[in-house]
This record gives sequence, structure tokens and C-alpha cells, in this order.
Amino acid sequence: MSTLAHIFEAEGIATVALGSIKNQIESTAPPRGLWCDFPLGRPLGVPGDPEFQHRVLATAFEMLQSPEPIFAEYDVIIPDDESEVLACPMPPRHDPDAHPAVDEANGLRPAYERAIAKYGNRVGAGRAVQVDDITTAIEAFVRVAEGTSWKEAGIPGIPSRVSQDIRGYYETAALALSDHAPSAWAGTRWFLDHTEAGKVVMAARQAMADAGENNPIWFYMAPGDR
Amino acid sequence: MADSDIKAMTANLDAVEFDETAFTEPVPLSEAKVAIVTSASLHHPDDEDFSPTDTGYRVLQSETRDYVMGHWSPNFDATGFALDINTVFPIDRLDELAAQGVIGSVADEHLAYAGNQFELSAIKMDSGPAGAKFLKEQGVDIVLLTPV
Repeated sequence: MSTLAHIFEAEGIATVALGSIKNQIESTAPPRGLWCDFPLGRPLGVPGDPEFQHRVLATAFEMLQSPEPIFAEYDVIIPDDESEVLACPMPPRHDPDAHPAVDEANGLRPAYERAIAKYGNRVGAGRAVQVDDITTAIEAFVRVAEGTSWKEAGIPGIPSRVSQDIRGYYETAALALSDHAPSAWAGTRWFLDHTEAGKVVMAARQAMADAGENNPIWFYMAPGDR
Repeated sequence: MADSDIKAMTANLDAVEFDETAFTEPVPLSEAKVAIVTSASLHHPDDEDFSPTDTGYRVLQSETRDYVMGHWSPNFDATGFALDINTVFPIDRLDELAAQGVIGSVADEHLAYAGNQFELSAIKMDSGPAGAKFLKEQGVDIVLLTPV
């Protein structure tokens, strides 16, 4: 982001860069940089809160009055409490013959469709795996978790992209099931730790690591601190 | 899992260094055409998806707000954008500022790049200057840069 700020300014366009990581925006030193200590993925702070977003923008645009390069810290912090997990009702088991993760994913489909109808498909399935094939992707990761080589398991795409689509499917469905806007990472924690599909993805990732597969193939299937 | 842990993972990344900090005097904000440039890998559904090491950009239309998150990194929360595009790409807020006369106008077209790149020479030498040229050709005075 800051690289672009330097380039654009050199081409005659004034810039203001928002940054969520302090050491990163400090070290890259954009001409006008505002560090907002907000969770990654939420540079304007609070979804659905125009007043909050406007205040961030006002602070950013005030920096345009500086006659020289400037760095500032926004005066509101949004902490990640590191513990909130999205709470939403899960569908009951429907098909006892299906793997629990597949049954679960099928059960979430109506919620997913409601969320798509309300918000659009912004982060859900469709990058590597179409929504109709989410359960096929989960089944492939089940095979990996059970010992099949990832190359032979029928994963319908690059593993990290496929797992991202599964996570997106679940986090999108959760928006329709939750009674409030989730705080940052609450949906991810819910998916990884409290859903059958999340457990399958993590088990497949671990199996690939244990098998000595190249790190980039499995590492990016989940956030890097996992 | 914690946001602070993810942020700490970037602590030792090498920063791109510039010999000088370029600095452009902006026109008055109330007269400025403002564009958003994001590193969130946003694109329209029918546009080409970003590849993992994609150094190019996609054009985001103001008029059609069907933006899709195309980022390859798993290291950020995507639900904020899923709920409200303005959490990452504050286009509605810019419209409101333009209506209030705080900014001059909102650009019709904005840009998205793919963040999380480790080899930046192509952006420095090619797609960055090309993006600046694209924005200048539509009269953009000020760019708001947003990450994820």
C-alpha cells in the first residue's frame, strides 16, 4: 500500500494511506500515513457504522493540510479480544450416512443463500469452488485428513484457495444465522474451532504438513498463527 | 488465534525503501476528485481473478458496487467487508462527503491491487506508474489508500 503511495505522489497525485500494522506503515513511510489500530481486514473500523467510518476519513483527510510528510496514530483502538466466537445455531444432523462436515455444509446452504441475497457474494464461494461443489471440496479434504495424498484426493483447485472458499461459505452463512454483526475474527474462530468443516480443513492441513509437503501448499489453508 | 499474532508475523518483513519521500501538494479537498486505491484484491465478478503473485490492478467502477474479495491471504477478517463494503472500500462515505461539499467529487473508477506481495519491482516499475497514469487521465487529485 505504501509503495503505491510513494509512486502516486511522484506522479503528482496526493495520497493518504491507512494502515492497520504500525511497524509496517512506519517502516514503509508513506507521505501521509494514518495508523489505525483496527483488526486486519477492517481498515475503516466498524462495518455498518457510517459515523465511525466518517471520523476515520475526516482524520485521514485532515492530514492533507500538512505541508510535509506526516505520520499519525488514530485515537481510537479496536482491540481483538482474542476470545469472541460467533455464536449461531447449527443445523441438526440430517443425513447420518454423510460425513458430519458434509451434512453440516448442506444444512447451512439455506442460511448461505439468505446471506447472499442480503449482502451479495462478497467473500463466499466461487473463487475456486462454486457453491454447489463445496461439499465435494470438503470430501476431498476428508480424504487428505485420512491419509490420501493431496495430489490424489481430488481437491478442486489450489488447496489454500479451496479452503478459503469453504471458510467464506461458512462465514457468509453465519451472517444470516447470527443475531449481531460479528466482531473481527469471531467468524473465523467459529469456523476453525467449532464447525466440522473447519476441523476437516485443519486436519487436512496438518496431514499435509506431517507428510512433508511444501509449506506454501498447506500453510495458507488457515491463518498463519495456526 | 488473535489479530495481534497475525500482525506480529509481519514485524520482520523488509520494507521497500525510497531514496526520497515524494510529496505532492494537494488541491483544496473541496475541489478535489478523490479515488480509492485498495490492496484488498477487490474486483467485479466478471473480471479476472487475482493470482497469488499478481502485480497488476483491476478497475473498480463506482456505479456498480458488486465488488468481490479476491485476496489470497487467509490472514485477515473478511466478515467486515461481507457485511459492509465501506469497511474496506468506503465508496458510500465518499459519496456522502461529495454531497456535503467536503470533497469535490468521487472518481468514477478506482483501483485494486493485490497486497501481500513480496516482490514489488513490477509494481514499482510497471503497474504502479500505470495505475497513477490511469487515475491522472480521469482527473484524480487525491487517492485514499486502504489495506486489508
